[in-house]
Amino acid sequence: MVKVTLPELGEGITKAVVSYWYFQAGQNVKKDEDLVELTTDKATFNLPAPAAGKLLEIFSVEGQSVNVADTLATIEEEA
Amino acid sequence: MQFEVLDLGLIDYKEALSFQEPLAKDVAAGIRQSTLILCEHNPVITLGRQARKENILKAEAELTAAGIKIVNTNRGGDVTLHLPGQLIVYPVFDLRRLGRDIRMFLRNLEEVVILLLEYYGIRAHRQNGLTGAWVSGRKIASIGIAISHWVTNHGLSLNVSCDLNLFSLIKPCGLDIMMTSIAELKELNSLKMGEVKEKVIEKFQQVFCSGG
Repeated sequence: MVKVTLPELGEGITKAVVSYWYFQAGQNVKKDEDLVELTTDKATFNLPAPAAGKLLEIFSVEGQSVNVADTLATIEEEA
Repeated sequence: MQFEVLDLGLIDYKEALSFQEPLAKDVAAGIRQSTLILCEHNPVITLGRQARKENILKAEAELTAAGIKIVNTNRGGDVTLHLPGQLIVYPVFDLRRLGRDIRMFLRNLEEVVILLLEYYGIRAHRQNGLTGAWVSGRKIASIGIAISHWVTNHGLSLNVSCDLNLFSLIKPCGLDIMMTSIAELKELNSLKMGEVKEKVIEKFQQVFCSGG
């Protein structure tokens, strides 16, 4: 199982708001495909899927504030 | 960091977007160099991800009748307006070559505007906690970007010599603010956009290319 975590987005940025999930739990995703859009300052940031597989669970809903290093979702890697 | 320049002239908002998106994919894939797109748009109101519809102060039908389109976008920020005489700058830049730092990139865009205005004898400043560039409390440049695979699109708009009355159609960036332009501040009837474009390229090189 692979965790999808919020990476460092730059100096002084500790949090971001989840603005859009491109997939729902249960759907299959490809590695590096845009998975979730986050908003910080005057920027939106698309976080790519770290692995190919099934999106198991989403922990942060749209509109929710998340911190750097938080787990946003989990992916069950393709065998 | 080196970049190419692409001048699209006066172009519809959506058409300019259709240039940016494939270009951003190519930059992310390393097929193309970072590129600075320059253009002007026909009147259009765009809504960023944090936009509230109530910040458009006229009915959609009225705006459509006046030839002003409303477009939803995936950039950050609230409501903004583009129109001829406003310089639009879309840096499709690879942030992997710029330290993967979103906030520094936004500050550097503001720095470009501040240096450019300094050339025109205008002292612009940042406003605490807000993105953009301001002159004596009035806004002159707006910024909103989107990042995918660490490559930026969307960008900044700078009021060069445009009809500022049109901004009364919206609450720019969701704020109760006045807008200004270079032409208004310098009491000029018009300003050559070509010259401003040359200067903005120079300032981008100064801010983003120093030190390789």
